[in-house]
Amino acid sequence: MKKEEGENKRAQRLREGIIEKALFASAAVSVLTTLGILGLFLFEAFGFFGEVSIVEFLTGTLWTPLFEPKHFGVLPLVAGTMMVTIISIAVAVPIGLLTAIFLSEYASDRLRRLVKPILEVLAGIPTVVYGYFALTYVTPLLQQIFPQMIVFNALSAGLVMGIMIIPMVSSLSEDAMIAVPNSLREGAYALGSQKHEVALRIVLPSALSGIIASIILAISRAVGETMIVSIAAGSTPRLTLNPLESIQTMTGYITQISLGEAPFGSLEYNTIFAVGLTLFVMVVIINTIGNWLTKRYWRSY
Amino acid sequence: MSNVNQRHLKGRLLFAAGVIAVSISLLSLVALLLDSFLDGLPYLNWGFLTSYPSRFPDQAGILPALFGTIWIVGLTALFSFPLGVFAAVYLEEYAPKNRLTDLIQLNIANLAGVPSIVYGLLGLGLFVESLAMGRVILAGALTMTLLILPVIIITAREAIRSVPKEYREGAFALGATRWQVARQIVLPEAFPGILTGTILSLSRAIGEAAPMIAIAALAYVRFLPTSPLDRFTVMPIQIYNWINMPRVEFRELAAAGIIVLLIVLLAMNSVAIFIRNKYQKRAVG
Amino acid sequence: MYENILRNRSADPDIELMSNEDQELRLLQRNDKICFRSFNLWYGEKQALKDINLDIKNNILTAIMGPSGCGKSSLLRSINRINDLIQNCRTTGEVLIDREDIYGGKVDVYDLRRRIGMVFQKPNPFPKSIYENVAYGPRIHGTTDKTDLDTIVEKSLRGAALWDEVKDRLKDNAYSLSGGQQQRLCIARALSIEPEIILMDEPCSALDPIATSKIEALMRQLKEAYTVVLVTHNLQQAARVSDMTAFMYIGEVIEFGNTTDIFEDPQKELTEKYITGKFG
Repeated sequence: MKKEEGENKRAQRLREGIIEKALFASAAVSVLTTLGILGLFLFEAFGFFGEVSIVEFLTGTLWTPLFEPKHFGVLPLVAGTMMVTIISIAVAVPIGLLTAIFLSEYASDRLRRLVKPILEVLAGIPTVVYGYFALTYVTPLLQQIFPQMIVFNALSAGLVMGIMIIPMVSSLSEDAMIAVPNSLREGAYALGSQKHEVALRIVLPSALSGIIASIILAISRAVGETMIVSIAAGSTPRLTLNPLESIQTMTGYITQISLGEAPFGSLEYNTIFAVGLTLFVMVVIINTIGNWLTKRYWRSY
Repeated sequence: MSNVNQRHLKGRLLFAAGVIAVSISLLSLVALLLDSFLDGLPYLNWGFLTSYPSRFPDQAGILPALFGTIWIVGLTALFSFPLGVFAAVYLEEYAPKNRLTDLIQLNIANLAGVPSIVYGLLGLGLFVESLAMGRVILAGALTMTLLILPVIIITAREAIRSVPKEYREGAFALGATRWQVARQIVLPEAFPGILTGTILSLSRAIGEAAPMIAIAALAYVRFLPTSPLDRFTVMPIQIYNWINMPRVEFRELAAAGIIVLLIVLLAMNSVAIFIRNKYQKRAVG
Repeated sequence: MYENILRNRSADPDIELMSNEDQELRLLQRNDKICFRSFNLWYGEKQALKDINLDIKNNILTAIMGPSGCGKSSLLRSINRINDLIQNCRTTGEVLIDREDIYGGKVDVYDLRRRIGMVFQKPNPFPKSIYENVAYGPRIHGTTDKTDLDTIVEKSLRGAALWDEVKDRLKDNAYSLSGGQQQRLCIARALSIEPEIILMDEPCSALDPIATSKIEALMRQLKEAYTVVLVTHNLQQAARVSDMTAFMYIGEVIEFGNTTDIFEDPQKELTEKYITGKFG
């Protein structure tokens, strides 16, 4: 009986050990994913940079890998991404922050329960739908204001992307504001402050780290967005400051080539990995800056 | 104007600005939905749901894309749910507080912020090419799994963390092993939260076009996929194709496709919210 | 002051009146069940237990008392090694149960915990039915036969003086019980694995006086069959139910002996101060 018990115990210990290793392996899949991304991109980019100098890639102002003469300067794509991103942030941050202030400091419970689901719906709509909306509604609308604007342009895409990002900024900022303890607000009210002064001078600075985090996350999302720009921004890589023109973003380019006929392993094909690597590096840098800024302004209560 | 009145004015301005901000979101949503519905409703009929894509807009339908979406979501759920839950259990119940664990956590948080198209490229290079699967459903599902895994892990962890530690202590004091505590005490309690989070992640996956484009490319799919090794397309890709076609009727077909997509999403999200509400009430009692 | 406590004790009809000599003899006949030998415990940098040397005898109730933060809970939790769950918990020294060091390398901690039952400060039944709460322990240790489980559940609930109150609603959720009943359910749960030792960490501190007295009566029954170690901050409770008492202060055992001796004739000044209420 004792021997059986001992064997049962050994079997159980063995089983527990195997289970723990299996669970660890599941968690390790995430690490493998990152290594996979890095490994793959570096490998393919290596093939690319064997033929194209990295200096030309990073500083060239013409991107024409599919036409003769071929140019491989990535700056137009980066500029396109940046322009759309800036427009979208210019839309999303003010509206998102105002929404957050309104919801956390002014709105009644009933109103909040009504508005928040609406924002959640806005956040859940697929980006293809936003792209459709940009092309079929926003662009014609804007063309009435700017007659010289062509169908594919950065402004429409940027505006619509901004609308898509509003929920992200507003809900994360609102969480940050609600986390500010009421005792701080009460102290300010006791000094005779009015509601907007409490909101802007007390709550907002205290919630700053959360708000910054939400903005950084929004930037990151905007940079990586694909469908809206593919549908509405155009496919003309162009280094320009004019949002009414057609441009192409990094993500738009990758989509274009993926849908095309470039054979695997060819130089044209490898460009998507070179651009993809650039995109990945940019996103990681943005997230890292965001984390650093968040920690710097963190106030714990 | 006196100081107090000046300040009151500023206050009213802020309030007005807030109302305008909320209204902009509201109106945008309404405009977006109306735009799609008005354009697409005429084309939305039973024939649309059961036909294949065609050069003739009147005969075109979304059936293969619908099938493809169901295949992809089904397989993705199959892969990502256990992987995500197991990883979350490891990180919450087993992992020691050391550098390696910190690294894994940081890594998962970073991966949640990586653009979906990067995952598409990863899937392309790894599953489609290196593992020579080809542009098939399996490659798509595996790619989608990697995409939503970080989010599933994060939400599962939150659900697990919300289980009171008193339950665990009671079980450990009875001599339960780590796995017994995790499986018999923690997971049953955390299950509704995990399920809700998974369904929401999957519904996000349904709407993702970019990674699927990288995997499936512009497949003109006129058949119904019957195995994970078939080529495929999904609804967002089909919609995207139609939008890019020159004739305006195809744009309206795209709108019809959008309506179908939104209805599927609405159904999934409603299920998730229903589960969340049902179990939140029970937990309070 | 402490005479009052003892007077109350002898007035209670449930307590057998024994002469001090008989009491001493009874204790002498007992063996050492749990022995602490130069035991130290740290949470990170903070030392919670300092050089503990303590022999707890079997089949009696030993109370551990002292002000907040003195380490009594840490001491208790070292016996079933549930402190292991805390991340940077470190120990040196030995804890012998039946003369085997439970901190030695070869000990299976899950097996150890099977021999020890624990009742926590706040009742913590599982979010399951009453039946399932009590059946959980036997189930994980291998009992699957329904009849066997039924027998164990009834026996444990009787042992916790709860059976009559719940026998018709075993399928009800454990949280439908009152606080005192929940705690007795937790005691039943601890009994279900047929332990040798029962650890109780201030089990009555979250309960009303009526529930408390029911559980104290239970404690007096339990000590006949089990070795009970009770942590309490309630002096009167320690005097009412325990045979031996240890007084702890800032991580050290200041004094340890028969409860009567401790309360009537404390040797250490600190002990006397605590008993007479000079500090909490």
